[in-house]
Amino acid sequence: MARNPQLNKHGELQHLLTTEGLPRDVITRILDTAEPFAGVAEREVKKVPLLRGKSVFNLFFENSTRTRTTFEIAAKRLSADVINLNIATSSTNKGETLLDTVDNLAAMQADMFVVRHASSGAPYLIAQHLEATGRDHIHVVNAGDGRHAHPTQGLLDMYTIRHYKRDFTQLSVAIVGDILHSRVARSQIHALTTLGVPDLRAIAPKTLLPHDIERLGCRVYNDMREGLRGVDVVMMLRLQNERMQGSLLPSAQEYFKFFGLTEDKLAVAKPDAIVLHPGPMNRGVEIDSAVADGRQAVILPQVTFGIAVRMAVMAMLAGGNA
Amino acid sequence: MKIHIKGGRLIDPAQDIDAPTDVFIAAGKVVALGAAPDGFHANRVIDASGLVVAPGLIDLCARLREPGLEYRATLESEVAAAVAGGVTSLACPPDTDPVLDEPGLVEMLKHRARMLNLAHVYPHGALTAGLKGERLTEMGELHDAGCIAFSQANVPVADTQVLFRAMQYAATFGYTVWLQPTDMHLAAGGVAHEGEVAARLGLTGIPVLAETLAIGQMLQLARATGCKLHLARISSRAGLMLIDQARLDGMQVSCDVAIHALHLCDVDIGYFDPQCRTVPPLRAQFDREALRAALADGRIDALCSDHTPVDDDAKQVPFAEAEPGTTGLELLLPLTLAWAREMRLPLKVALARITADAARVLGLNAGHLRVGGAADVCIFDPEAPVRISRESLRSQGKNTPYLGRELPGRVSATLVSGQVVYEAPARH
Amino acid sequence: MSLPDAEKLLADLAAQMRPQVTPDTALVGLHTGGVWLAQRLHALLGLTQPAGSLDVSFYRDDYAKRGLSRDTRSSALPFDVEGRHLILVDDVLHTGRTIRAALNELFDYGRPAKVELAVLIDRGGRQLPVAPTYCATRLDLAEGTRVKLAQDGERLALRLLQEQE
Repeated sequence: MARNPQLNKHGELQHLLTTEGLPRDVITRILDTAEPFAGVAEREVKKVPLLRGKSVFNLFFENSTRTRTTFEIAAKRLSADVINLNIATSSTNKGETLLDTVDNLAAMQADMFVVRHASSGAPYLIAQHLEATGRDHIHVVNAGDGRHAHPTQGLLDMYTIRHYKRDFTQLSVAIVGDILHSRVARSQIHALTTLGVPDLRAIAPKTLLPHDIERLGCRVYNDMREGLRGVDVVMMLRLQNERMQGSLLPSAQEYFKFFGLTEDKLAVAKPDAIVLHPGPMNRGVEIDSAVADGRQAVILPQVTFGIAVRMAVMAMLAGGNA
Repeated sequence: MKIHIKGGRLIDPAQDIDAPTDVFIAAGKVVALGAAPDGFHANRVIDASGLVVAPGLIDLCARLREPGLEYRATLESEVAAAVAGGVTSLACPPDTDPVLDEPGLVEMLKHRARMLNLAHVYPHGALTAGLKGERLTEMGELHDAGCIAFSQANVPVADTQVLFRAMQYAATFGYTVWLQPTDMHLAAGGVAHEGEVAARLGLTGIPVLAETLAIGQMLQLARATGCKLHLARISSRAGLMLIDQARLDGMQVSCDVAIHALHLCDVDIGYFDPQCRTVPPLRAQFDREALRAALADGRIDALCSDHTPVDDDAKQVPFAEAEPGTTGLELLLPLTLAWAREMRLPLKVALARITADAARVLGLNAGHLRVGGAADVCIFDPEAPVRISRESLRSQGKNTPYLGRELPGRVSATLVSGQVVYEAPARH
Repeated sequence: MSLPDAEKLLADLAAQMRPQVTPDTALVGLHTGGVWLAQRLHALLGLTQPAGSLDVSFYRDDYAKRGLSRDTRSSALPFDVEGRHLILVDDVLHTGRTIRAALNELFDYGRPAKVELAVLIDRGGRQLPVAPTYCATRLDLAEGTRVKLAQDGERLALRLLQEQE
């Protein structure tokens, strides 16, 4: 079996592909490094020269203006040159293979690829290919692959939790929603267990839970009020419309009634519990406007923190030793 | 041509022989074992000292990719790979392009194989036209053209009414129907075994239920129609238990397992290795253990390579997009020997699964070295390691998770109908 | 070798700076030794403006070779840089590269009227055209040794260290 492709020959972080298997001290270091980067955003000149002259290619095989924009801002604040590629994928329009595209861009002196792809494992394929073809100076950041991982989102959520709650080892955290299809949830779960969260809960109807979810370290609740009782952190997941068509759920209304985050459901959590959401929100489906705009929601700070965390990740990878 | 295979250890499971025995061949048949017949003068003596002399191996399922899929493999390359792996007879499934649902196509395939004069090729005819699960094929004509059984390869039949009638029709003639048990709806979109590994990797899972539900359905249809059923590529412990129960209830059914399922499980997918993308998927460790044990004690009748050559491009894509399948003809013997070694099974038992037992499943008078039978022989060194590499593989398919590995079982020579069709290059 | 008393050097430095500071002057200490010094100087000089701190990790010139340093801290300048008299404060001045990085970072905050440099020790070995405005002492140190400021209870003290590559 291949060596963990996130690490180079010396065991240092070469790519960021997933939070799974990232040692606790690496995660902590990323969060620590993100703090000064958060300060940069408050200055007159919101830039530092770390990645000056480097080319960061945003390779988005799956559309996402939000995520692509935050990576672009983060890269530009590091003074990097950013090139955006939105490669449309349709079964009738395959065109160039994934690896051919990567080879072409590498030939254009790319230093870093930020990759979003609809298939789980695509960034691994790219990282392994780069290594096999002797181009280990090019770093890969996974911006979301299929249902597998979205590590920067997981990390910025950890940063957010740490900002408001400080000590992970005392927390009770609930993740609510379509965990089966969520790469964000998987990245959160791995990071939370690594950081030592003692009580991690997964709240969802059975049709939206992965087989063997307990083995990933979660306690399952099908009743939201039970699941939210006494928690410190509520992490909401986005529900996609396709799930209604896919015979997984009957309707958005029923989902909202039983699994949507409303003020009265939130009331069973701790009074100072915080509410996170990766965005964009479906108001009235997984979250009520009153909560989304309420005092416990930290959804907008998540966006700001997200830029700092992505700056930290890119700066750590692109340096001589990460 | 008269051939004397001298000094070898003859292992013939069909005759329960495992002893140093010379083999004498003339006119394409085995004419004597042990002592030469009177007046026998060999044209050629093959020195088999230190080697095992066994019946030529029989592979229950190997895709030759002809007609139509020549960019993946050709008859020439694959049959050459077969004999290099000691395989002298193989059955090929009907999922070619076009599908083997016309007698003319079958005749052409058989003709091409005969012209190559290497291994014996036994096609399986399509159970339904185009494998689409809608209309029956002319099973009688296809049988006369050379099909020894009828199969849907790994394409499920959606309409149970059609499946019922197809099995009923096959039962009319006493033909065996080979089905790979998969419920197409439960398996829809799935690319890996539904379990912890798929959950971590974010891959759509195929639950064991997809196999057990289909097995239950197929067993009942077979019972109701009186059709002879063979369940292909069992992948789960739960599936095995259903077959055990059916046999206890008096039902006749045979089944096979693919060789890679004896060695690999879902954990081997590792970091999304597309070489481990197979149909059916590699399941959990305990499934693998159950399959290994069941093949050892005979509850699984026989073993096949499930040889599926895939071109490199189709594997250098993300896992879910990769073409499923592994190359296997040249790995059948080494992987069988590796399994036997790990299970501490006598060679005779292990070899039975790829000779006499496989022949029985196919209904062929083959897989043995009885006097008067065809001289299909595999001479090999069970200890000598084989290094699996792109260069060493003769098949056009280089897609295997075993690249770079060393496995035991080097074929020294292969004979088909008394002709030497493969000989290993002389050792330095 | 015996090192000078850091507290005495601090007093000397403050004496040099006192005639030049105004109510608008702001001190900016460079992490970490410079930050402690800036805090002490701030008290000794009775300055109006709060002291600022600068972490130059994001502006160093050895990032490509050595990557991001292991402990980066936030910079904090609690005053308007625009048009101000600033004094950068550091414990030891050596090659001058840290000061170059600090100046670059400072100018990303705004355009100061004047920037001066105060250091406790100038050990020579300059690789860039940087000179201190205020300097408590010069020291000649052997290759491969470093001198660092440390906190010894309430007092500051100097320590000699071997260089680790």
